Amino acid sequence: MKTILITTAALALTAGTAFAGGHSVVRLGTEGAYPPYNFINDAGEVDGFERELGDELCARAELECTWVTNDWDSIIPNLVSGNYDAIIAGMSVTDERDEVIDFTTNYTQPDPSVYLAMDGMDLDVSAGVIAAQSNTIQSAYIASSGATLVEFATPEETISAVRNGEADAVLADRAYLLPIADESADLSFAGESVFIGGGVGMGIRESDTDLRDAFSAAIDSMKADGSLNALIAKWEIGEGF
Amino acid sequence: MICYLTTGKHMAIYTAVATVLILLAVTAPTALAFGFAGAMAARARFIPLQWLGRAYIAIVRGVPDIAFFLFFVIALDQGFEWLRHKWSCPDWDQPIRQGNDFVVCDAAKLPLNSAPQWIHESYGFALAVLTFAIVFGAFAANVLFGAMRAVPKAQLETAAAYGMTQRQTFWRILVPQMWVFALPGLSNLWMVLIKATPLLFLLGIEDIVYWAQELGGTKNPRFTDYPHPDWRMWYFLALLVFYLGFTWVSERVLDRIMLRLTRGQATLGGDAQRTAA
Repeated sequence: MKTILITTAALALTAGTAFAGGHSVVRLGTEGAYPPYNFINDAGEVDGFERELGDELCARAELECTWVTNDWDSIIPNLVSGNYDAIIAGMSVTDERDEVIDFTTNYTQPDPSVYLAMDGMDLDVSAGVIAAQSNTIQSAYIASSGATLVEFATPEETISAVRNGEADAVLADRAYLLPIADESADLSFAGESVFIGGGVGMGIRESDTDLRDAFSAAIDSMKADGSLNALIAKWEIGEGF
Repeated sequence: MICYLTTGKHMAIYTAVATVLILLAVTAPTALAFGFAGAMAARARFIPLQWLGRAYIAIVRGVPDIAFFLFFVIALDQGFEWLRHKWSCPDWDQPIRQGNDFVVCDAAKLPLNSAPQWIHESYGFALAVLTFAIVFGAFAANVLFGAMRAVPKAQLETAAAYGMTQRQTFWRILVPQMWVFALPGLSNLWMVLIKATPLLFLLGIEDIVYWAQELGGTKNPRFTDYPHPDWRMWYFLALLVFYLGFTWVSERVLDRIMLRLTRGQATLGGDAQRTAA
């Protein structure tokens, strides 16, 4: 048994992508409420930038993958307790998260976060009331910026908070806010963009180094042949590599 | 309109309604069974069993539901997986707890990673039923415990005088008469249980409130064929109607049960029925 384990591990290391720690099926956990990164489409399936990316990564790493949706607030606890094997949910790489889980190499550039406010609003980003989704890099940033932070469990609610006056502005990834600003005449960007986080990566259990390496290798190969940039451009995620 | 209401996503909310109804249908009897067992244990002559029953009632009633649902279910799931791990992978030489991670061998995963999604969902559903049953069972146990004590002592003494054993007195005299005292408390619990179903989402089950939120959220034309602004109010209004209708029907049914249970009982209600007849 031991020898089999060792050979498997050795094979996985040498082939890099072959077995990924003996996962027969890799379960990918996402939030499904953060377009264009991930959302539920009309047919009720996970769709978006990360859906296409994840499927392609699994194909390149020769893994069989399934998709699972999970509430954002409990997305890390459910990963470490083994309910799924990877988080692919627009999660930025940060030091705090890195203490609990591991990240693959990032598959987006650090995306600028922007403030979205009611049109004509004179926004003071260091003293106003700013909305953000809880447990995000943006909420941590606001908490340390001096502004008053109001947190919401879903991104959708942060936008409503601005519309009904509960918050002066919302701080979120530009890629998420851009389509919303385009569609609504009453909302517009305000203040300066801020750069926080180290780009978006997949979250993997710390003990699952084979899987992390397999996905990192697949991401690198997508970066190398330009297919990742094509996806980023298609979903308007931000700058390419 | 018809097209919009029959998208795959809307089908999911209809399924979720069924899920909630099935959950209630399964959980209510299970919780009642837990409650009955708990009440019996709390009344037991055998002291350790009595402690067990009372501890169960006191602890579960004292812990906030949401903490119970977040913490207990993960612990329960890990407990099952740990047992299976010990059973099916005796040769495993790595620690199960690696830092924050909980790692068991692939064969011990519950359900298996390779299992289709519906098995994962059913497993989550079963965990939900169990957790709901434990939580509401404790409240039901307390209600039943009180109801058992509310049965007039003279009834039990008469039974003893007729030469019935403890067991016979319990099943033939006490239990049939206690329901009428238990019903108001139990009906309260049922109403609370109906409203507690949105806690399901904490367990990873997509219930109607989750889908209402998801479907009602602003839909950008870039990501859907049916763009619309924030319609959550309308979806929640539909939920409101659903829950109100459901509790209304429940009340009607519970009233009838109460009427039936009161018949021939030595209570005020029973006397009223007798004099009216």
